[in-house]
Amino acid sequence: MGEIIKIKELRRTFQMGNEEIHALKGISFGISEGEFVSIMGSSGGGKSTLLNILGCLDRPTSGEYYIDGISISKRTRAELATLRNRKIGFIFQSYNLLARTTALENVELPLLYNNTLSSKERKERAMHALSQVGLQDRMEHMPNQLSGGQQQRVAIARALVNDPVILLADEATGNLDTRTSYEIMSLFQKLNLKGKTIAFVTHEPDIATFTNRIIQLRDGHIIKDTEVEPKLASEMLVGLPQNEDY
Amino acid sequence: MDIFNLVKIAYKALLRNKTRAMLTMLGIIIGITSVIVMVNLGQSSTHSINDQISSMGTNLITISRVSQRQGGVNIGSGDAQTLVNKDVDAILSKVKYVSEATPVVSASGQLVNGAHNWPGIIQGGNIDLLKIRKLGLARGSNFTKQDIKSAAKVCIVGKTVVDNLFPDDKNPIGKNIRIDRIPLKIIGILESKGQNQMGQDQDDIVIAPYSTVQKRFLGINYIHTIMASANSENVAILAAEEIESILRKEHKLKTEQENDFQVRTQQEILEMTSSITGLLTILLVAIASISLVVGGIGIMNIMYVTVTERTKEIGLRMSIGAQNKDILFQFLYESIILCLIGGIIGIILGLALSHIIAGALSWPFIVSLPAVGISFLVCTVTGIFFGWYPAKKAASLDPITALRYE
Repeated sequence: MGEIIKIKELRRTFQMGNEEIHALKGISFGISEGEFVSIMGSSGGGKSTLLNILGCLDRPTSGEYYIDGISISKRTRAELATLRNRKIGFIFQSYNLLARTTALENVELPLLYNNTLSSKERKERAMHALSQVGLQDRMEHMPNQLSGGQQQRVAIARALVNDPVILLADEATGNLDTRTSYEIMSLFQKLNLKGKTIAFVTHEPDIATFTNRIIQLRDGHIIKDTEVEPKLASEMLVGLPQNEDY
Repeated sequence: MDIFNLVKIAYKALLRNKTRAMLTMLGIIIGITSVIVMVNLGQSSTHSINDQISSMGTNLITISRVSQRQGGVNIGSGDAQTLVNKDVDAILSKVKYVSEATPVVSASGQLVNGAHNWPGIIQGGNIDLLKIRKLGLARGSNFTKQDIKSAAKVCIVGKTVVDNLFPDDKNPIGKNIRIDRIPLKIIGILESKGQNQMGQDQDDIVIAPYSTVQKRFLGINYIHTIMASANSENVAILAAEEIESILRKEHKLKTEQENDFQVRTQQEILEMTSSITGLLTILLVAIASISLVVGGIGIMNIMYVTVTERTKEIGLRMSIGAQNKDILFQFLYESIILCLIGGIIGIILGLALSHIIAGALSWPFIVSLPAVGISFLVCTVTGIFFGWYPAKKAASLDPITALRYE
């Protein structure tokens, strides 16, 4: 199994007026293909900073970062954008779907920034991604016609559509109730079983128990990095009482 | 990303906000409409004025007095006495390209018939004046050479004069009107010509023998202008040159002296009015362009609001792989699409409106293709110009900040 993510002595320093804020103080780790990693930590611990760098949205102040064997230091903004398009699938807490745009068109969006595909291929891949998240019947629905869980599924399909080497989820269950959160985690586990590499940023310990590795950050350092036996979200769902309004 | 995709993205983004897109377009629509209307009406009116001037006869030659200098003092053309009856005789006898010529003297005064009165202009000429000015008689007859010799107290009146002085009488031939207490007998009524393009009533006129106007009204023995008809339009210029050399001889001007008269053919007048109406059109278009600029600023304003409002969308697009230039061009295309659609609607509206106005004023309807083409160009340029800064702002957003924007 190859290393999808490799970071070495990663530092990120922000200049706030005269003060220097060290958000990441030299961290190193790797993520191998097929891993389902959760990155945990209290707010201000450097989670978001790390995620931004992993997602090629930000560049480290120093240290090395390789994604799929490609070093991201010394890349231009345009090259980083292409890397994001081809290698990374983002999933956000607030879904970030385009309003008044169908689920299918939302999923197609990343492919529009990829010149190599015809519009027919785009549509086929978007449809395939939507059926992977179980929304094959909702393709023409607008975001406001979908529940929160369904919207997040659309967002996951959008992250999958470019067949990225890693899915980066940022508090992806933060806006959802427990039952829906577990459903989403169950979906992530299914995708992971099919071989998707996933990095999941969260501050909720019970969500982290569904992953097979937990990296804990505090004050810009990794304080714990443990492999765990994940609970199965689908099993947990059975134990939950049915939502009355669901 | 290829242009087609970006245009599609921009178009879809606009569709998501139809009302706003429509309102933004309104500024451009009004701007382009007014420019098109102004250009078209400017051309229509020029055309119509030219028609009018041509209808007065393109073989018409007008000789007028010019200001004279007496010991360095410019005394103006009003007092110049450089044209006399003898000049008319000289033109008629010596210029071979001229068929008719008449002296013209004008006076103004209050026209009175009993309780009715009307301010009028009385124009004096010889028996050929009607022919030269292409005026026809509706009733009665022209005055005679004998009338001219005797400075007879007779006149021919236009329809407006009849309407105002004889409101109840459609045929006042043989009746007298008084001008400055001098009674003139009406012997003819002119065919109605209506208003000319300058808004002057061509029927508001009294015509009398020039000798009558000279002796009885003005007490002068010189004349104001000479009107002449060239044999044909083609020889008008030749005739004008000939008239000039003969009048110079008649006036005994030395070679170094300037003309104390001015010869104008109708073609020169045509060129002169064309240049005036052309200038007027440019002025109107310039004013109309201001509304286009205002519309453009409206676009810029809305694009700024749009960029701020869609910061999160921009962040998302960047996070899924949109490059800065993709974002830049998306917003630029949005603004260009707004301007172009607005421009097309504006052109259609403008053409429709100028068709209606031209119809109402019975002007010819002329579509100015260059104006349409330039409008298209202006729309695109407006879109690029006013869309550039908001688009630049959008493209330079930091994806992380944009994604976190609430």
